[in-house]
Amino acid sequence: MPDLWYAIVAGMLTVFVLLDGYDFGAGMLHRWVARNDDERRRVIAAIGPFWDGNEVWLLAAGGALFMAFPAVLSAGLSGFYFAIFLVIWCLIARGLSVEFRSHVHDPLWRSFWDTVFMASSLLLALFFGVALGNVVRGVPLGADGWFTLPLFTDFGVRGAVGILDWYTLSVGLFACGVLAVHGAAFLSVRTDGAVRERARWVAKLKLVSITLAWPLVTWATAHVRPDFVAAFASRPFAWVFVAMSVAGIALAHAAARRREAADALVLAGSGAFIAGLLGATAVCAWPALLHAIPDASRSLTTANAASPAESLRGALAWYVPGLLLAFGYVAALAWLHRGKAQGPEYGGH
Amino acid sequence: MPTDALFWHRLQFAFTITFHYLFPVLTMGLALLIVIMKALALRTRDARWDDAARFWIRIFGINFAVGVVTGIPMEFQFGTNWARFSRIAGPVIGQTLAMEGLFAFMLESSVLALLVWGERRMSRAAHFACALLLFAGSWLSAYFILCTNAFLHHPVGHAVGPDGVLQLVDARAFLTNPWAAMQFAHNQAASVATASFVVAAVGAWWLLRGVHAEVAKRCVTLGVIAGFAASMAVAFPTGDLQAKAVAKHKPASLAAMEGRFESGPHAGITLIGQPNVAERRLDNPITVPGMLSFLAFGTFHGDVAGLGAFPEDQWPDNIELVYYGFHVMAGLGTLMIALMGFALLALVLKRLFATRALLWALALAFPFPYVAVTAGWMTAELGRQPWLVYGILRTADGSSPTVHSGTALFTLIGFMGIDFVIGLAFLWLIARELAHGPGAPAGTKTEVAHA
Repeated sequence: MPDLWYAIVAGMLTVFVLLDGYDFGAGMLHRWVARNDDERRRVIAAIGPFWDGNEVWLLAAGGALFMAFPAVLSAGLSGFYFAIFLVIWCLIARGLSVEFRSHVHDPLWRSFWDTVFMASSLLLALFFGVALGNVVRGVPLGADGWFTLPLFTDFGVRGAVGILDWYTLSVGLFACGVLAVHGAAFLSVRTDGAVRERARWVAKLKLVSITLAWPLVTWATAHVRPDFVAAFASRPFAWVFVAMSVAGIALAHAAARRREAADALVLAGSGAFIAGLLGATAVCAWPALLHAIPDASRSLTTANAASPAESLRGALAWYVPGLLLAFGYVAALAWLHRGKAQGPEYGGH
Repeated sequence: MPTDALFWHRLQFAFTITFHYLFPVLTMGLALLIVIMKALALRTRDARWDDAARFWIRIFGINFAVGVVTGIPMEFQFGTNWARFSRIAGPVIGQTLAMEGLFAFMLESSVLALLVWGERRMSRAAHFACALLLFAGSWLSAYFILCTNAFLHHPVGHAVGPDGVLQLVDARAFLTNPWAAMQFAHNQAASVATASFVVAAVGAWWLLRGVHAEVAKRCVTLGVIAGFAASMAVAFPTGDLQAKAVAKHKPASLAAMEGRFESGPHAGITLIGQPNVAERRLDNPITVPGMLSFLAFGTFHGDVAGLGAFPEDQWPDNIELVYYGFHVMAGLGTLMIALMGFALLALVLKRLFATRALLWALALAFPFPYVAVTAGWMTAELGRQPWLVYGILRTADGSSPTVHSGTALFTLIGFMGIDFVIGLAFLWLIARELAHGPGAPAGTKTEVAHA
């Protein structure tokens, strides 16, 4: 039962990255792909109806983690205290920038919020990448199940580590690149004209850089967590996910090269790439939710950090229909706002 | 862990949630009023109701957005600042928090953009449905969060595991906690009252200025009728039930609410007085004899326990604030009923729109429900102390063990700064909308055309 919930939480976080990832990506490219107020309004209009719902997946995944693995949520959030508040404050700034921008017709007002939107999107992508890096590298959990980490120490991955080290930073930067591709692909689907042209160009360019960076990040992961290599070798599920990533990035490359409207295929490719990466990571990390260093036996795992089986079984009864309903909303919204974002709606009168 | 870290953890949670709740307390009630306005527009074909609804949807959108962003920290803070509590209570309260995300937030976030920006893209009926769905989503959200809160006040459906971790054994009992139903009724009535006061205040202000008269009259009419009904419902039956439940299940809270140190029958209710905890008495009390016994137990002879009947480690740790919170809430609640009662009478006699004094009172009274709601929540949550989960976990045992006092103070100050800026931007945006009034938003000439 805890393993099933491990899969649910990992799956929900993956959906969060797939959905909110494209609006983070669109955000970090915002002032770059869109050069004037009208173009920027189109970018905001492209993500306008979706971004809030996308972000809810983070809260919903957090809720699932809270319910199923409260020890992980409480140790993780209190241990990363400062970093979590930086994330929260960025989320606040980002939400305000999307919502407030459209209410006032003033070029300076809009320009200000555009910059806030871009900066907070970029920082959040970086932070979430760094967070994933920390989970992979591990945290110094004590015997009592708590830990606390400084922001950085000597940027090494052994000994007294910090939240930022060369590994977690490289995962963070890689995440920025991956989400930039994802966001650019989304924008090329949802916009037209100059914004779409620039977005296509960014997607193509960034695809090359993440394809080059991927083996490096993989090597770094193998270096930081040698046990991942052994786990990978013995768990066929992980192979499936990696195959998915390879197929995804190949598809994205092939589609990005085509002149004709293959934008949706680039988006699908980058989505498959992201889902494959996260899936493979989750499979390799299992059963640990929070890996402990240097003493791996202190890790919080599906065995020692789960809620009582009774609670988990009961929750499944309403969680599965709830998830289906949530997927229904996503599908309905996507259908309702299919095609190019147009007109003044969603992001300006 | 430095002992004073607990104080900053508490203050940070109190500050962030109090500021956050200023927005949902309006939007939940306003969602209902918008549904009513749109229903009236559909039914009567009176375009003024559409204008009113369109204006209030804009106000709703701004409030909702600020409510969303100020709400983000709440769920995180269970883990960051209250880690020991989360570890112990997560298997139970994690359920309702996860349900809120899955069933309520998903719905609200999907419909919000459609309601606020999408009127021109859809039929009147579809837009009405959006309003209805948003109303349903926000009230559902309230139920889940009040169910979570009710577990802290009146834990049911759980068992305590060998390691102290709570587990859910009876999900039905947990979800149908009578405390939650009672709080929900009281809280939602207060939310409708808040929205009604705001809608009436804006309408009255327009009337006083002599602008947008037709829409303004509709706002005042709806605000006064709904405001009177909701203000009454806040006191009776919902507030009354709440008081009786507190008297029965949490007598120490009731004693603190009334600043009552001695036990005994014929307990009076205090209108004016200040608790003097050091001397264990109430200074300069003016009381209505027997009233507290009656309100708590339905008879003037009811024996109401004083704080002296309980060991001091069971006393709420801030008796003064519990007392003032309760009295501010009850006093303003009474005032709200009186004001809306007068206004309703004038409305029925068709004198309201010409009685400038009453319009002035309505225009200025909109802070009352905000203050009363905040005071009410202070009464409830400070009255629950020293417990975090009543009878199970003390507040002092719930905070994060790894977060030091200076760190918590730093993030609290950060929130104060951020919320101040958000508040300024919010007030400025709202002021612009109020000055602009109903009709097309600033900068557009497009009329909404319906086939």
